[in-house]
Amino acid sequence: MTEIFWLIPFIPAISSFILVIFGSKLPRKYISFQACFAVFISFAITIISFVGLMQMPQGSSPLVKNLFSWIQSGSFKADLSFQFDPLTAVMCFVVTGVGLLIHIYSIGYMAEDKSYARFFTLMNLFTFSMLILVMASNLVLMFVGWEGVGFCSYILIGFWYEKHSAANAGKKAFIVNRIGDAGFLLGIFFIFIHVGSGEFSAINEAIAGGSITQGIATLIALLLFAGATGKSAQIPLYVWLPDAMEGPTPVSALIHAATMVTAGVYMVARMNALYTLSGTGANVVAIIGAVTAIYAATMALVQNDIKRVLAYSTISQIGYMFIGCGVGAYAAGIFHLYTHAFFKSLLFLAAGSVIHALSGELDMRKMGGLRKYLPITYPVFLIGAIAIAGVPFLSGFFSKDAILTSAYARGQYGIWLLGILGAILTAFYMFRLIFLTFYGKERLEPETKAHLHESPKSMTIPLVILAFFSVVAGYIGMPVVLGKNINWFNSFLAPIIHGGPGHEAHLSIGTEWLLILVSVLVALTGIYLAYVFYLKKPEIPKKLVSRFPFLYKLLYNKYYVDEIYNATFVNPTIKGSKFVYKNFDLKIIDGAVNGSASATGFFGLILSRLHTGLIKDYALVFLLGAIILIGYLIF
Amino acid sequence: MIPLSYFIILSLILFVLGIIAFFVKKDLITQFLSVEIMLNAANLAFITFSKSASALDGQIIVFFVITVAAAEVAIGLAIILLIYRQKKSIKTEDIKSMKG
Repeated sequence: MTEIFWLIPFIPAISSFILVIFGSKLPRKYISFQACFAVFISFAITIISFVGLMQMPQGSSPLVKNLFSWIQSGSFKADLSFQFDPLTAVMCFVVTGVGLLIHIYSIGYMAEDKSYARFFTLMNLFTFSMLILVMASNLVLMFVGWEGVGFCSYILIGFWYEKHSAANAGKKAFIVNRIGDAGFLLGIFFIFIHVGSGEFSAINEAIAGGSITQGIATLIALLLFAGATGKSAQIPLYVWLPDAMEGPTPVSALIHAATMVTAGVYMVARMNALYTLSGTGANVVAIIGAVTAIYAATMALVQNDIKRVLAYSTISQIGYMFIGCGVGAYAAGIFHLYTHAFFKSLLFLAAGSVIHALSGELDMRKMGGLRKYLPITYPVFLIGAIAIAGVPFLSGFFSKDAILTSAYARGQYGIWLLGILGAILTAFYMFRLIFLTFYGKERLEPETKAHLHESPKSMTIPLVILAFFSVVAGYIGMPVVLGKNINWFNSFLAPIIHGGPGHEAHLSIGTEWLLILVSVLVALTGIYLAYVFYLKKPEIPKKLVSRFPFLYKLLYNKYYVDEIYNATFVNPTIKGSKFVYKNFDLKIIDGAVNGSASATGFFGLILSRLHTGLIKDYALVFLLGAIILIGYLIF
Repeated sequence: MIPLSYFIILSLILFVLGIIAFFVKKDLITQFLSVEIMLNAANLAFITFSKSASALDGQIIVFFVITVAAAEVAIGLAIILLIYRQKKSIKTEDIKSMKG
C-alpha cells in the first residue's frame, strides 16, 4: 500500500483540473465538496504511507518512485520522481492535514464570494504544487514545486484583483520572490556542475564521499539560502509577506503561515548535509534567522492591522526555524515548523473569524471587548496565542524550547540571547493583540456592531480541531530532560539528518532545566507586560509613544525599509527602464526598423528612374541584352 | 542552285531593317509591322537551315511561329485600338503612364 504514496500530489491536481474546466457550471456545494474531498484523499494516502513507513525496518532505503525520465540532455538528467521519507511525511501531514482544515474553513469564509470556483481551483492547485515541492526527490522537480507555490501565492494574494492594493501586493510578492529564486537556480546549476545530478541521494553521497570542497559547499549553501530568504520571508527579502495579507484570510493561513513560507526551512533541512559541511553557510542561516526573529517581532509590536501583526509574527517564527536549522538542530527547526503550522493557521483563521464577524474590519483600534460576542473564536484564539507565546504544556513551548536549547548547547550564546529577547516580544505582541481585540472597551463602529455574529459551523469546527492540535502537537517532541527517548520526533527524523559535528547536544540536566525555566519566565513576562500595558494601565503605551516618538515612528513605519527599497532599487530600476525605453527602444530599435523601411523606399525611388515608360527604351535594353547574349554564345 | 549564304544574308538584312524601323518609326502600327518583318526574317533563316540540313524540324517551327504571329497580330491590333480610343494617339511618346 505504501507504493501509492506518489498519488498524494496528483489528486488535488485532478480536482483542480476539473474545477478549471467545469467550475463555472457546477453548483457551489459540489465545488467545495470536491475540493475538500480531494485534499482529504491526499491526507488519507499520507496516513497510509506513513503507517507503511513506520513498518519499514530500520535502515532500509528510502521510498522512491520514479515515474519517468523527464529531461535528458547530454549528461543533464532529471526524473519525475517522488520520495517518501520521514521529512516528507511530516511536511505532507502539515500540507494535507492543515490544508484540509483550511479548505473546510474556506467553505464558510468564502460563502459570499462571487469567484467561489476560482478560489477552490487555486487552493487545490496550490496544494498540488506544495506537495510536489516536498515530495520531489531531486532539486529540479523541487524547483517546479517551488515556482508553482510562488505562482499560486501571487495569484491568490491578488484574488480580489479589483482592489488595486491587492493586485500590487501580488506583484510585489512575485517580484521579490524572483530575486531569491535567481540565487536558488544558480545554486542548482552549481550542484549540477559539481555533483552531476540533482537527486538528493546523489548529493548526499557526493558530500559524504568528499567530492565537494568546503568553499563550493558554502557557495551553493548561500545561493540556495538566497532562494529561501525570498520564499520564507527572511531579511532582506521579507517585505512581501506583510503586504500579502491583502489576500483572503484562508490564503494567509494556508500559504503565508503554514506551508509555503516554510518551504525555505524544508529546503535547508533537506540539504542539511550541505549546510553542515559548509559551516559558514549554516552560521549565516542561524544569524539571519535570529536577526529576523527579533527584527520582525519589534515591528509586530506597534501594528494596528490584526493580520499584519500575525504576518510579522510569522516572519519572526520562521526566523526561529532557521535558527534551529542553522545551529544544526534540523529536527528542532522542522519540529517548530510543524507546531507553528497548527497554531499560526489557528491564529489566522481565528482572526479571519473575527474579521468575518465584524464585516471586514481589520483595524484593532476599532475592536475591543469582543470576547462575549464570539464565544468560540475567543477561546481558540487564546489557545493559539498561549501556544505561540511559549507557555509550558502547549506545542509552541516544546518546539521553541528545543530550538533555543540546541542553540545554547552548541555554544551560540548570542543567537540564544536574541531568541530569548524575541520570545518576550512574541508573548507581548500576541497578548497585546488579544487584549486589544477581545478585552477592554468596545470601540466598534455602530454599524458593524449591528451585524456582529459568531461564524458558521464550517468555520468554527476547523478552529476547534486546530486548537486541539495546538495544545497536543508538541507532545511528540518533549525535551530530553523529561525522560530518555521521550523525543520521538527527533528519532523519527534521525535518518534524514546526516551526521556532522555537534550533532549531539551535551548539557547537564541542571543547565537544561535552567534554560526551560528562563524561557517560561520570558513568556510569562511578556504576557504580564502586555497585561499591564493594555489592560491595567492603558495610558502607558501613549506615554511611551510621546517619550520615544522617534522609536515609535521607526517601528510603526517598519524601519522605512519599503521606502529604502523604493529609493535604492525600485525607483532607479523604473527610471533606468524609462531611460532605456526612451533612448534605446524608441531611438535605436524603432529607428532600425523605420530606417530600413525608409532606406528601401529611397533606393526604390532611385531605381524607379530607369522606368521611363517608353516602349523604345525597353526595347533598346532588350536589344542590348540580346546582343550581349549572342556575343557571349559566340565568343 | 542559289548558295546558302544568300538566304542568310537576306534574312539578316530583313532582320536589321526590322530593328531599325522599330527604333526609327514613332507610331505603334509601323513598329508592329517591323516586328512582323523580324519574325519573318527569322522564319526565312529557319527554313534555310532546315533545307540545308534535310531536317523538317525548322519548318515545323516556322508553322508555329506563323500561328503565334497571327494570334499576336489579333491581340496586338486590339490593344492598339483600345490605346487609341483612350489617348486619341498611337505615338509611342504619348504612351508613358508606366513611368516610374
